[in-house]
Amino acid sequence: MNPLLLHRAAKPVVFGLALLPLAWLVWAAATNQLGANPAEALIRSLGDWTLRMLCLVLAVTPLRVQTGTSALARFRRMLGLFVFFYALLHLLSYAGFDMGLDAAEIARDIAKRPFILVGMLAFGLLVLLAATSLDRAIRWLGGKRWRALHRAVYAVAVLAVLHFYWMRAGKNDFAEVWAYGAILAALLGWRVWHHALQRTGSAAREGPLKARRLL
Amino acid sequence: MPIPSRHRGFLHPIPSDITPRAVYEERRELLRLMAAGAAGAALAAWAGREAWAQVQRPGKLAALPGTPSAVAGAATMEKPTSYQDASSYNNFYEFGTDKADPARNAHTLKPDPWTVEIEGLVKKPGKYALEDLLRLSAQEERIYRLRCVEGWSMVIPWVGYSLAELVRRVEPLGSAKYVEFVTLADKARMPYIGSRVLDWPYVEGLRLDEALHPLTLLAFGMYGEVLPNQNGAPVRLVVPWKYGFKSAKSIVKIRFTEKEPATAWNKAAPQEYGFYSNVNPQVDHPRWSQATERRIGEDGLFAKKRKTLMFNGYEAQVGQLYSGMDLRKFF
Repeated sequence: MNPLLLHRAAKPVVFGLALLPLAWLVWAAATNQLGANPAEALIRSLGDWTLRMLCLVLAVTPLRVQTGTSALARFRRMLGLFVFFYALLHLLSYAGFDMGLDAAEIARDIAKRPFILVGMLAFGLLVLLAATSLDRAIRWLGGKRWRALHRAVYAVAVLAVLHFYWMRAGKNDFAEVWAYGAILAALLGWRVWHHALQRTGSAAREGPLKARRLL
Repeated sequence: MPIPSRHRGFLHPIPSDITPRAVYEERRELLRLMAAGAAGAALAAWAGREAWAQVQRPGKLAALPGTPSAVAGAATMEKPTSYQDASSYNNFYEFGTDKADPARNAHTLKPDPWTVEIEGLVKKPGKYALEDLLRLSAQEERIYRLRCVEGWSMVIPWVGYSLAELVRRVEPLGSAKYVEFVTLADKARMPYIGSRVLDWPYVEGLRLDEALHPLTLLAFGMYGEVLPNQNGAPVRLVVPWKYGFKSAKSIVKIRFTEKEPATAWNKAAPQEYGFYSNVNPQVDHPRWSQATERRIGEDGLFAKKRKTLMFNGYEAQVGQLYSGMDLRKFF
């Protein structure tokens, strides 16, 4: 698996694949295939794809460690930036289609609807993470602080599921919320489990906590 | 200028005062054309109105023609939503919670044969077969705005008659204050009965005076045909000044009661969905604004949403039903 992932074309291929959902949505909107309420369909699909990208990027480290596929680490930043990208489109489509790009209206909506507030908070964190995604930012912050900052992605996961949960709460329709919640909980749970394992393992060996850095 | 006398007629002392025949004939021609043009424009508008009233049949289901209704407010001039949109974007949770689910899943409904049971505080309770209900009164076409509590709207040409026709025939007792409408809840025909989204069967209700209002429609068809299953076949309620969920679909029971019925959405989230649920741009849903709406199929992606009207634009007809009521309290 590693040689394949290290191939020169691997990154462009993943990049292209991550753009496919957007391509499909643009094409469907242009050819009137989004049903009776295309605005709602676009806003919701972009939200769904933000959640899916979030699941993907949080699956990178568990997969890499469990399968020993070290080359997976190459894709983590790109996938993380795609989470930000779809979240940005999700927010822009909400602001444009639902709120008519009216800042006062959006401010009122944030105050009115807790699930909008939670979504905005998650987006704020994503902006921070995207802005510090460059190598230069890592050097500037120092590895340790940068890693601490980027653990905020766990908070993004929790806020995103809460955002989705509240949005569906009005209709008591939680099947999909549980699905995403379970996936993200498993991915975060793996980290807790792995961390505990490393600690006991390294305590036994009395060695340094080197493995923690991999998280 | 000399004043013409009745005896001498018009005096035209100078020939130049007389309008040449060619000129005045031309004027008459112009006037004739203008009159014809104006009438033509007026006729075009009239013809257009007629074209809206006689909505084109989609040709999918059995015809159910209705004569244009004479009830005040029963024929909006707005452009009807396309049949495709109106029959593919539905909330009918018995068939799934996604808007596209009902159109996909409702083929199992079997709207024929069908009976509606009338019970409770009436002199003449009993079971009505669908055929008898269809014949009970003349079918009318009514073009109503439909405003969903979720913030979207449509314009739908329904076919049916005032619910009052049925109510009068069953003779409610003096003690009857409310009318309850019960939707079918048959697991074999409705795949999502059993899901915990709502407390089945779906129950809706009106105050008796609301039920007797001529705009309250017992609908059997739309777009000149019988109702598609996903729109609540074979018989449903349409209350145009209330949020869409008040208009119960696929009705099997109509019950007259003394107490306010416990309605489905009110039971599920009492702080969000009141018994009245009149369309009201001033009273927001706890989780979103009700001031504006998106008209399905009309407003483009980048169009600003349109303003929602008080009582969905039927204030002139129904406002007096709520005079003196605090509509914030009784939302």
